[in-house]
This record gives sequence, structure tokens and C-alpha cells, in this order.
Amino acid sequence: MPRIYSEDALRELEERYRRWEEEVVPEWLKKLPERMSEFTTLSGIPVKRLYTPLDLKDHDYMEKLGLPGEYPFTRGIHATMYRARIWTMRMFSGYGGPEETNERLKFLIKHGETGLSLAFDYPTLIGIDPDDPMAEGEVGIVGVSVPTVVDMEIIFRDINLGEVTTNMTINPPAPVLYSFYVAVAEKQGVPYTKIGGTTQNDPLKEFIAQKSYVFPPEPAVKVAMDLIEWSIKNTPKWNPISISGYHIREAGSTAVQELAFTLADGIEYVRQLIARGMDVDTFAPRLSFFFDSHINFFEEIAKFRAARRMWAKIMKEWFGAKKRRSLWLRFHTQTAGVSLTAQQPYNNIVRTAIEALAAVLGGTQSLHTNGFDEPFRVPSELAAMIALRTQQIIAYETGVADTVDPLAGSYFVEWLTDEIEERAWRYIERIERMGGMLEAVKKGFPQREVTEASYRFQREVEEGKRFIVGVNIFEQEEIDEIRNVPLLEFDQPGIEARMKERVKRVRAERDQARWRRSLDELRRAAERGDNVVPYILQAVKAKATLGEVMGTLKEVYGVYVEPPIY
Amino acid sequence: MSSPQSTRRIKVLVAKLGIDGHDRGAKVIARALKDAGFEVVYTGIRQSPEQVALAAIQEDVDVIGVSILSGAHMHHMEKLMEKLREYGAEDIPVVLGGTIPIPDIEPLKRMGIREVFLPGTSLRYIIEVVRRLAEEKRAREAETLL
Repeated sequence: MPRIYSEDALRELEERYRRWEEEVVPEWLKKLPERMSEFTTLSGIPVKRLYTPLDLKDHDYMEKLGLPGEYPFTRGIHATMYRARIWTMRMFSGYGGPEETNERLKFLIKHGETGLSLAFDYPTLIGIDPDDPMAEGEVGIVGVSVPTVVDMEIIFRDINLGEVTTNMTINPPAPVLYSFYVAVAEKQGVPYTKIGGTTQNDPLKEFIAQKSYVFPPEPAVKVAMDLIEWSIKNTPKWNPISISGYHIREAGSTAVQELAFTLADGIEYVRQLIARGMDVDTFAPRLSFFFDSHINFFEEIAKFRAARRMWAKIMKEWFGAKKRRSLWLRFHTQTAGVSLTAQQPYNNIVRTAIEALAAVLGGTQSLHTNGFDEPFRVPSELAAMIALRTQQIIAYETGVADTVDPLAGSYFVEWLTDEIEERAWRYIERIERMGGMLEAVKKGFPQREVTEASYRFQREVEEGKRFIVGVNIFEQEEIDEIRNVPLLEFDQPGIEARMKERVKRVRAERDQARWRRSLDELRRAAERGDNVVPYILQAVKAKATLGEVMGTLKEVYGVYVEPPIY
Repeated sequence: MSSPQSTRRIKVLVAKLGIDGHDRGAKVIARALKDAGFEVVYTGIRQSPEQVALAAIQEDVDVIGVSILSGAHMHHMEKLMEKLREYGAEDIPVVLGGTIPIPDIEPLKRMGIREVFLPGTSLRYIIEVVRRLAEEKRAREAETLL
């Protein structure tokens, strides 16, 4: 196997390194002890004092890294990366009703965002209408309320769906929101083949982390696979799934767990789709991913690079994918919401900038940067603007986008990339032995691992082993200007009343016979085990509401109740 | 038996009120309280104010700890306090943690919420507050028994 370093050079270095460790370092330590007895990454991977070519002794450049745009894609999925096109700046946005969100989207487009991303409120996320008793007090707070196709149409007023791509962070109701979007595009005169965007549609991580599950695991996966199958055939530019590590990480996992569980989720979906008789190369190019970018800088970069290499290998060697695009791990990144602090909140601008930089150095395809006020509420216009500007500064001022994968060859980064990969493979092997991720989730394995890791982290903060500025180091009595960040203000009760009123009006004004028939047909399709997506599309065009469609499916599939384990 | 009040372990209900799924904080707190020697009942997610109030009464807890990260805390906490009054359980002290804007803290305290914990609050402090509130409640009960 070809090596980068000659054996003679390595031998010489080994000798010098040994002498340095035995003679030079102890002298320094006597004068100036190190800050800690052990340094570790945020995930607990030990970090040595120094990395040299000795840590990459067996490193085969072509096997481990290759060239960008070529297998195993460690250096990037495109040959020219950001020299050709900057990543998509896609700000996760939405609050109140469709009117407020339409204004926010237009504001962000005006200031240079290059992709749209919708945040939905909790009632929408779990598939209930604004007038459902469970929705009381929750409408429009963490995102936009979208109970009907009429609301989706208002969100995209003056926005041509043939000219933008839209990410929708939606899971159990993904086929419903997708159908709303497709129906609006159709009404705007945009052909199916031109609609671009993403539905998150990743059911397994709902049970592991995000907890906006509705159906039990098996039907949840079935419905998600239905959407992928239907979308591949009908909206070829749509990404029908975004296999997400973000929520797993935010729930407290380590970087290694985030990577391993996400890829294991992906493996499960690939198997499910192949089991439907689909050829791997028909759907693999449309699978997309979503990761967190946390504050431990090099660990995140290494994670992204390892992710690409692992997925390419999985698709090629496990599933025999042949198309180059089938091997690509394309991913969206969001900076770590969980790293933001309520204390000294303006510091969050700095954290977000560092995390965004890690995502860029890790080769992300699109990026959301958090608003500094998000420990309190969805971002104000000012906070969202600063977050967008942060990306623009990285893209256009710093020069980091001018060469491909600039950290490759760093002894530390390459070592850490290998280490994270190795640790993630070990997790994947354990999950494989359990029969794959669907089985592992049913056994509660990833759930327990994440819960353990989050508690371990909190203990480390408590014991002063991890520092968070403003929280357990450099704390200060805050002056009111810093404490009282001007937050986004909106009339939530007024919006809730407006949304309730509108959904009632839509129900009253529709063609009742057509609506009834569409839901009956949906129910029968679900009972037969058919692909439910075309029936959902038909129902939403007949003005069936989100809650009605999900209610019909719940009657067939049942609902999931989690055992309250901590 | 001399004084059951003083020997019985402090019992806490950790509740996810509303429909948000962010359960990391609630679980970490539940675990920390348990490790501190308390008895902990965790409700799981998506609980209504009525469910939380009833669980607190049925489990006979000393303190209710609510976690909300959906921004709907003003609405839900008001309803929860109403339910506790309705069931004659207003003596159970209630604390709240989550993503709470600072200007909301005062109105929440006026509702009768004893303490509001923002992100970044230390476990040690939370344990201390819960212990104090539980002991005060037991002292009040002991007094009424005399």
C-alpha cells in the first residue's frame, strides 16, 4: 500500500519524538504545568499533546482521502466545492401564522439568503389542527401554523416555487405538508419536475431524540418510505428525506453517537426501500442528511469528513450502488442550539460563528446559523439578520471558501477523522447485531445511550470539567442591557384565534362530498397497505386539514406512547 | 412510628407540560434529583395541566417541577395553577424550567410559581431549591397536624 511518508523519515522522526518527550517536554512541564491532566474532545475522545506523521503511519492517502468529487469523498462531494458555489444559506424560519412567516421569508430573501427553510409550530409538528384542545396556547410559537393548503399558499405569496428550494422540518405529517407544497406549486403553474426542496421525514430519530412522533415505529417508517417512493417518481428534484443527526446531538449525544446513529438510520431506510423492490441507484441520490455543528471545533470538522467517507463506503460496499451520486453524503448543518446560553446572550453570536466555520471547513452543502436570542424565543429580525451576516462574512471575507478542504493533511484532523470513524463503526456493528436501527429503537438502545451521554455531560459541567463561559466560568451579574435582549414580540393569542377561525372556515366552505370521499379513500388505502401519498395529495386538494388526514391515519396505524424512562 | 414526615423521602414530580418534545432537561433533572436521594416520578412528554395536577395528587408529591421549551409556558402554567387550586392542591410548590424569556419571570411568580430556572442553572442549585420547598411544605403540614 502506498504511504505518504517514507520509512526512513518516519524512523528518524520516531527517534526525535522519543527524545523530545523524554527530555524536552519534562523540562517545560517543570516550569509550566499543563492546564489539565487530561484533555478530551466534547465527546470524551482523549486529545494528545502533539500530533505528527507518526499518528498517520499507515495512512493511505488515496484510500482515506482521495480527491474531492471522487471516492471516498472525504475531501468533499464536488471537485471544486465553494470555489464554484458557496453553500446554500438556509435560515430556519417561521412563527405566528402564514402571513407573518411570508413577511419573514421575504425579509431574508431580500438580505441574501439563498434557500428557504420552514419551522413549524408544535401543533403542526405533531399533526393536529389549531382548534384541537391539545394545541391550546401553542399555535404559532416555535414556528408557523399550517393546518391547510390555504395556509401554505399564503406562506408563499409573491414567492415562485419554481425559483426557490424549501426545506420543511416535518416528520410524521411530512406527506401532508409535502402535499400542501406540491398543490401550491401546481396552482402557481410550476411543474412537478421543477419543485425543489426537502422534507425531513426521518421517523427513527423521532423516537431517539426529537419526540414529535405520532405513529408507532413500524407504521412511522412505512409512511416515510411511502413518501420517498412517491417523490422519487413524481418530484425528481425533491429530497424526500433528511436523515438527521441534529436532534440526536441536541438531545445530548456525543459527536460519535450522532454520526453512528444517523448512518444507522440511513442504513435502515436503504434496506426498507430495497425491500420494496427499488433499485438502490434510483433513490440513493435523493437521500440527504442533516448534522449539528457543536462548539468543539476540530471534532466537528472531523465528524463531517468521516461521515462522507463512511456513507460512501456503506453505499458502495454494502449496497452495491454504482452511480457516483448514490455515494454522496450531501448534508445540511445547523449550529448547535444547545451550545447557546441564556447568560450573557450576546456571546452566542461568537459561538455560532465558530460553529458555522466548522461546518464550512467540514464541507456542508447548506447551513443555518442560530439567532443569539434563541435560548429565549424564536429569533427577532435583528438576531436572524446577524446570523445570516455571519455566514456571509465567512463566505466572502475570510477566504476559507477559496480552496477545497483546507484542513486535510493536518496530523490532528486526519487522526481525529479516523478515530471518530473507528468509534462510529463500533456503534454501527452493535446496532447491526441487534437487527438494525428499527429493532434497536424498539429496544430503546439509542434512547438510553443519548440519555446517559446527556447526563454525563451535565455532571462534567457541574464538576467544572467542562467550561461554559458565563455559566460556570467568567460568570457575572448582568446589567439590564445584556439581560433584557429585545425579543420578537407578536400577538400569539390573536394569531391563535385567527388560525382557529380560518381552519373552521376552510372546513365549512369545502365541497363536503369530495372531502368525505377523499378521506374514505385514504383510509382504505392505508388499510390495504398501499402507498398513502397520492391519497393524501387528493385529500389536501379537497381541503382536508392536517388534523383530519393525520387523524384518519392514526385510526389505522395507532399512536405511539413512550415509556417515561430517564 | 415517630415522625413519618421527616423520614419519608422527598418525592418530586417531573412533568413535561404541553406538546413539545424537548425532554433532555427534564430527564437530566429527574436523574439528578434521584441521585440526590429524592423519589422521582417522571410523567413523560405531552401532558396536559389536568394530567399533571392529577399525577401530583395521586403520587402525593412534595414538589412539582415542570419543564417547558415551547414558549407556551404562560398559558400552560396558568392552567396548571388553576387545576391545582380546583383540586385543593395549591399547597404543592411548583417550579419551572426551560426557555423562559426574562420578562416572563415576574408574571410567572405572581401566578404562584416558586422558582423559574433558566438554561444553564446548576443541578446543585435546583436540588437545593427543591429540598427547601419540600421541607417547608412538610413543616406546614406538621404544624396543621398539631
